[in-house]
Amino acid sequence: MTLVVFVLASIMVLGGGVGVVIMRNPVHAALSLVLTLFGVAVHFVAMEAHFLAAVQVIVYAGAIVVLFLFVLMLLGVDKVENLRIEPLAVQRPLAAVMGMALVGLIVAAVIDTRDAVLTGVGGGIDVAANTALAEEVGGHDANIRQLSDNLFSQYVFAFELTSVLLVVAVAATVLMTRKLPDRPDDGGGGE
Amino acid sequence: MIADVVPTTTWYLVLGAVLFGIGAVGVLVRRNPLVLFMCIELMLNAVNLTFVSLSDRLGDIGGQTAVFFVLVVAAAEVVVGLGIVISILRRRAGLTADDLTELRG
Repeated sequence: MTLVVFVLASIMVLGGGVGVVIMRNPVHAALSLVLTLFGVAVHFVAMEAHFLAAVQVIVYAGAIVVLFLFVLMLLGVDKVENLRIEPLAVQRPLAAVMGMALVGLIVAAVIDTRDAVLTGVGGGIDVAANTALAEEVGGHDANIRQLSDNLFSQYVFAFELTSVLLVVAVAATVLMTRKLPDRPDDGGGGE
Repeated sequence: MIADVVPTTTWYLVLGAVLFGIGAVGVLVRRNPLVLFMCIELMLNAVNLTFVSLSDRLGDIGGQTAVFFVLVVAAAEVVVGLGIVISILRRRAGLTADDLTELRG
């Protein structure tokens, strides 16, 4: 059963990923991205990361992709891109070779260190073994309890800093995209 | 029996590697800045998948906390990036990454 879930979600993830790269229309690419994000959310559920699965669907598929589509529509750049024109003739083959090399290297490292990770920890190797670990902390909401415990104790300072990051990002975007007043040197002030 | 095979962490790590590679190739070959951002999101998701699988594998919730921060930073990155794209498009018509070879507005 877990195998079926893994295979189906992986097909979603990889199919969506390939779709983002090869779709000529940016809107179709954004919708392929949604497919990938849902596939990753399914994987999160399979790995008992329930909170992150929910956040993945709400924030990524809900907010970020909608933002992408909004900008695409707003700017009217949802035209079909001609992918046949390529200014640099060698770029695509080089990119393909580099991608293959990157994936090959990472997969080789993963396969190589598989046993090293195994001996380093006493826990189980698979999803089922970790269920016991989650349940010993307790209940169906164990994942959220553990996550919030970790987030608000060990990483509370980083959590506070993210608020600074978000405020800076919002302020910068508003400042950057607003229409400039008649006098460019006006500095602050409204529209 | 094939139905009894349980996907191990290695499977998830390989899937994350392949997804990261797809995103990287997309960043290299596409020229629409918005599609470039989507490919970067693909790469971030590959890393998130790796984080969660290793968190599950090691029984350490810290990996999922890291994914939480990646989500926040990704949201901020998209907001700023799309703001830059909008303000560039106000000044010039074309929208490919090849046209943006100079920093001059």
